[in-house]
Amino acid sequence: MRAIWKSWERAVVPLFILVAWEIVSRSGLLPAALLPPPTVVLHAWGDWVFGFDETSQGNSGRWLADALSSAMRVAAGYGIAAVSGILLGIAIGWWRWVERTVEPTIQMLRPVPPVSWIPLAIIWFGIADKPAIFLVFLGAFFPVLMNTIHGVKTADRNLIRAASMMGATEQQLLRHVVFPAALPSIFAGLRIGIGAAWMLTVTAEMVAVKSGLGYVLWDSYYFLRYDLVLASMASIGLLGYATDGLIKLLMSMALHWQHGSTLQSREG
Amino acid sequence: MASIELKNITKVFRDAKRKRDLLAIDDVSLSVEPNQFLCLLGSSGCGKSTLLNMIAGFEKPTGGSVTVGGKPVDGPGADRGMVFQQANLMPWLPVWENVAFHLRLKGWRKADRRAAAQEYIDMVGLRGFENHFPAELSGGMSQRVGIARALLLNPQVILMDEPFAALDAQTKMDMQEELVAIWQKQRCTIVFVTHSVDEALVLGTQVAVLTSRPGRVRELIDLDLPRPRDITSQQFNDHKRHILNLIREEGMQQRREAKAEVTAEASRQGAAA
Repeated sequence: MRAIWKSWERAVVPLFILVAWEIVSRSGLLPAALLPPPTVVLHAWGDWVFGFDETSQGNSGRWLADALSSAMRVAAGYGIAAVSGILLGIAIGWWRWVERTVEPTIQMLRPVPPVSWIPLAIIWFGIADKPAIFLVFLGAFFPVLMNTIHGVKTADRNLIRAASMMGATEQQLLRHVVFPAALPSIFAGLRIGIGAAWMLTVTAEMVAVKSGLGYVLWDSYYFLRYDLVLASMASIGLLGYATDGLIKLLMSMALHWQHGSTLQSREG
Repeated sequence: MASIELKNITKVFRDAKRKRDLLAIDDVSLSVEPNQFLCLLGSSGCGKSTLLNMIAGFEKPTGGSVTVGGKPVDGPGADRGMVFQQANLMPWLPVWENVAFHLRLKGWRKADRRAAAQEYIDMVGLRGFENHFPAELSGGMSQRVGIARALLLNPQVILMDEPFAALDAQTKMDMQEELVAIWQKQRCTIVFVTHSVDEALVLGTQVAVLTSRPGRVRELIDLDLPRPRDITSQQFNDHKRHILNLIREEGMQQRREAKAEVTAEASRQGAAA
């Protein structure tokens, strides 16, 4: 009985919301066109994915293509952000002179909302994948960078002492001690970054790109297709959840040594 | 051969907040012959760890010179092994990878590292724990890994900074016995920092009793007690009484000086008012 409950645990809250939503929207409290019930959304979504009855009109059967083009933008921008954020973060955390020369500039750019770069991004990169990738990069870069710096700065000095006692060069210290010591922090940054990445790819698609889930969302809004708006939102949520799960999986493999020593490792 | 020479070492710490210099170590000279086991004995703050860190190369003396095997020390290096107060193991590496860490730095292949680690894992009695992670080990076991790591580095000089201070009494006794056995087998030179008179007398071939603020060598005592050391024997207790007297005298003198300083300060302030 317990086991069955455990496997259904995570479905309880979403199910409750769906049922409540269906009831409210069928009760006539709001016009059905403004808040389509989940069944209607699901129907439109189904057609968007499989293209069975053209409910979603021009989008019928194009979901995979839309999801893929969004996902590719996230992957590209996030990948660049992760690699550059980790490398620059280690450099800033380790060398005082890099910190002094680079950090003030970074800290000044950081509070500028990535969305406010949209005009420049369109002028520089045109209407295509590039401005979206640029925005995703901006959104994911700073969390990864900040957390990497934090991870490097809080690395245990005694471990560095122990390693240099064994003849480690500076490069070896960075690779064999500082990087693994900073890894828990780096992963925290990567997880915050993936959320920002999805947020920004959708934003970019609303204004600067003519494909992807964000584009369908905005386009459906113009055509008063709130069922498709909701289906896009749900798609983005699901994909974001899936990519976060992927990073969590990666994290649990890379940080398996924490097993049994942290609160986090108690998670199933 | 690895002999350690400390010549006229002084160390001045700059107290930036109060804008004055603090003489931490005052003219310490010590020489440790190969295969000796020197214990630096002193209360906390006497500069014994600072001396050890100078031999390790983590700190530089303000005056004087440190040589190991005739070569001046100018930084940490693999010719000296160090066992710290905390084991300082890489938490992301299993026991055997920690023991063979310096071979990883040298780029050895995994199988070779694993094989090289095994001998020393056996020596410190950790067979069966090779794949445990540091978070899964007790304090005593972690310290054993630290010792195995220092041994695999195969230095002729091993520096130990109160490695057993955090262990319970029983574990501490076992570890001391094992350390002596390893030292006899490896024929290395050990410098061991401790604040425990008993520990110094159980382990050392020589005990340097240090005074505090500034740190000086009060007396260098050669121990010719038979091993294993019997902590209830007459000779052992003669040495212990002697050392405890030295420490007590030292403490009394310090209290007198502190008192004199306070009185002087008070009278100065009185005069100013």
